[in-house]
Amino acid sequence: MKIKSQRDFWSGLMFVVVGVAFACGSIINYSFGTSARPGPGYFPFGLGVLLAILGAVVLFKALTIESEGGQPVGAFAWKPLLIVVGAIILFGFALPRLGMIITLPLLITVASMASDEFKWRDALLSSVVLTAGSYAIFIWGLNLVIPIWPTFLGG
Amino acid sequence: MDLINNLMMGFGTAFTLENLLYAFGGAVLGTLIGVLPGLGPVATIAMLLPSIYSLDATPALIMLAGIYYGAQYGGSTTAILINVPGESSSVVTAIDGYQMARQGRAGAALAAAGLGSFFAGCVGTVIIAAFAPPLTELAFKFGPAEYFSLMVLGLIGAVVLASGSLIKAISMILLGLLLGQINTDVISGTPRFSFDVPELTDGINFVVIAMGIFGFGEIIANLGQPAEHREVFTKSVKGLWPTKQDFHDAWPAVVRGTALGSVLGVLPGGGALLASFAAYTLEKKISKHPEKFGKGAIQGVAGPESANNAGAQTSFIPMLTLGIPPNAVMALMVGAMTIKGIQPGPQVMTSNPELFWGLIASMWVGNLMLVILNLPLIGIWIKLLTVPYRFLFPAIVVFCCIGTYTLNNNNFDVFMTAAFAVVGYLFYKLSCEPAPLLLGFILGPMMEENLRRALLLSRGDWSTFLSRPLSAGLLIAAALMIVVVMLPSIKNKREEAFQDAD
Repeated sequence: MKIKSQRDFWSGLMFVVVGVAFACGSIINYSFGTSARPGPGYFPFGLGVLLAILGAVVLFKALTIESEGGQPVGAFAWKPLLIVVGAIILFGFALPRLGMIITLPLLITVASMASDEFKWRDALLSSVVLTAGSYAIFIWGLNLVIPIWPTFLGG
Repeated sequence: MDLINNLMMGFGTAFTLENLLYAFGGAVLGTLIGVLPGLGPVATIAMLLPSIYSLDATPALIMLAGIYYGAQYGGSTTAILINVPGESSSVVTAIDGYQMARQGRAGAALAAAGLGSFFAGCVGTVIIAAFAPPLTELAFKFGPAEYFSLMVLGLIGAVVLASGSLIKAISMILLGLLLGQINTDVISGTPRFSFDVPELTDGINFVVIAMGIFGFGEIIANLGQPAEHREVFTKSVKGLWPTKQDFHDAWPAVVRGTALGSVLGVLPGGGALLASFAAYTLEKKISKHPEKFGKGAIQGVAGPESANNAGAQTSFIPMLTLGIPPNAVMALMVGAMTIKGIQPGPQVMTSNPELFWGLIASMWVGNLMLVILNLPLIGIWIKLLTVPYRFLFPAIVVFCCIGTYTLNNNNFDVFMTAAFAVVGYLFYKLSCEPAPLLLGFILGPMMEENLRRALLLSRGDWSTFLSRPLSAGLLIAAALMIVVVMLPSIKNKREEAFQDAD
C-alpha cells in the first residue's frame, strides 16, 4: 500500500500509539469504577480510546485520499534541533552548579551556533548584553532566587 | 447605575501609578513582539508567567492583557510594511496594507489600522462591561453537566475556526486532555501516569508545555528555514495623517468591522482571526469598487483591523465570566489567575471586583496608550524590524530557560521543556496545530471533575447531558458546528479562506 499523505500518516500513527498507551495504562494501573462512581481510570480510558479511533481515521485517510505531492514530512533540521535542545539541557545541568554568570554566556554561545549566520563576535556580544540584562531584570528587578556564582566559590 | 459605578471603580484601579505602569509595560512589550517576527503572544506570556509570582494579581493580569492587544497592533505594522503578518489575525491586513505601502501610502494605512483598532477597542471595552455581569448571572445557574457541555462546545469551537484538518485538530485537543491527566486524581488521590517520578505527581506545569512547544519548537522551526530576504518600506513612511478622502472611505468600514468583530469575538474559538476574514469579505462585497481590493483599498485595512481588535477584546468575555478560555492566550491568562490563587469562573466578578473591573478599564487605557505608542513612534518600531534573528533567538532562549528554572527552582522543569521542544518541532513537521493541545491541557482537569461530578449526581446516567435543556443546547451547538464545517460547500470555502491566508 502506498502512503498518500506522509504527514497525516505519521500524525495518525502518533495519535493511535499515544491513545492506545493511555487507554491500556489506565485500564491496567487504575480503577475504572462504574459510570455511577467513576474511578481515576475512567476519564483517561475514554479519552485514550477516542484518540486512538480518531488517529485511526487520520491514518486511514492518509492511506486512501490522494493529496497534493504526497505531503512529505521533509528533512529534519537536525542541526538547530540538536543544538537548541542540547543548549537547554546544558543550562539545566550547569545552572545549579556553575551559577548564572557562567551558565548564561555558555547557553547563549552554544544556542547561537544553531543559526547558519553564526559569528563569534555576535555571540560574544549577545552573551555580554543578555547576561547583564538578565541580571538586571531577574536578580535586581524581580528578586528571583537563581544561583549566581559557581558553588565552588561558595555562591 | 451599576455599570457606571463599576466602571468608575475599575478606572480607579486602573489609574493607580503601578497599574498604569504595568499596562504601559504590557502594551510596549506586546507591540514589540507583534513587530518582531517569530515571537508571538503565547510564547511571550508563557515566558513572563514565572515572573508574575512576585506581582499582585491585578497588575499581573493587566500586563498580560496589554501584551495580548499590543501584539494585535504590532502585528498589523509588520503586515503593512513588510507583508509579513506578525499575528495570524493580521493576515488579511497584509493584502491591501502592503499594496498601500508600495504606493507610498504606508502612513495612511498605519493610521487607518491604528485609529480603527482604537475605536474598536473602546467599543469592545464597553461591550465587556455591559455584557459580563448578565452572563455571570447565567453561569451561576450552571451545574457540572452544563459546565462539561460548555467546555465541549468551547473546545470544538476553538478548532472549527482553526486552519488545517479538523480531525487532526480534535485529536490534538484529546492529546492535550490526556497530558492533563498526568497528575494526582483529585477525587481518589491516586497519582496517575507519573511513573513514580515525584515531580510528575503535581502534573506538568502548563508553562513548560507552552514554552517548549510555542517558544523553543518555533525557534527550531525558524532556524530550519533559510534566512529570507525582506523588503522593508522604512523610508516611505511619511504623511502619517490620512487624507480627507481616506477618512471618508475608512470610517464606515471601521464601524462595520467593529460590530462584526464584537459579535464573533464572544464565540468560543477566539473570533479575532475569523472576524478579520469576515470583515474583509464583507467590505469587498458591499464596496462599489470591489476591483480596488487587493490593490490598496483603505477599507480592506480599516475593516479587518477594527474587527480583529474588537474580537480580541470581546474574547475576554468567556474567560472572565465562565473561566473558559476561547484561545491559547486566554488559556494562559486562566493559568496566570490560578498561579495567583484566583479560581477562574463566574465568581471572580464578586470575589475580586477590583481585579475584574480594573482589568476591563485598563483595556481602554491600554488601547489609548497603544495609539500614542504606535502612530508617532512608528519610526522606532520600524528600526526593530531590522534586528536580525541571530540576535533575537538567543534572547528568547535565555528568557525561556530562566523562566522554566524559576517555576519551581529546580532543573526538572528545564529538562521537561527540552523534551517538549522536540515534541513541538515534531508537531510542526507533521502540520499538527499545537494551540488546541494547550486548550485541552488547561481544560482537562476541570472537564474531568465536572464530568465525574455530573455522573455521580445522575447515578451514572449519561443521558443527563441531554436531558438538561441548557446542557443539551450547548452539546447540540457543538455538534452543529462540526456538521456545518463538514458540509462540502462550507468545507471548500474554509479551505479556500485559509489558503488565502498562507
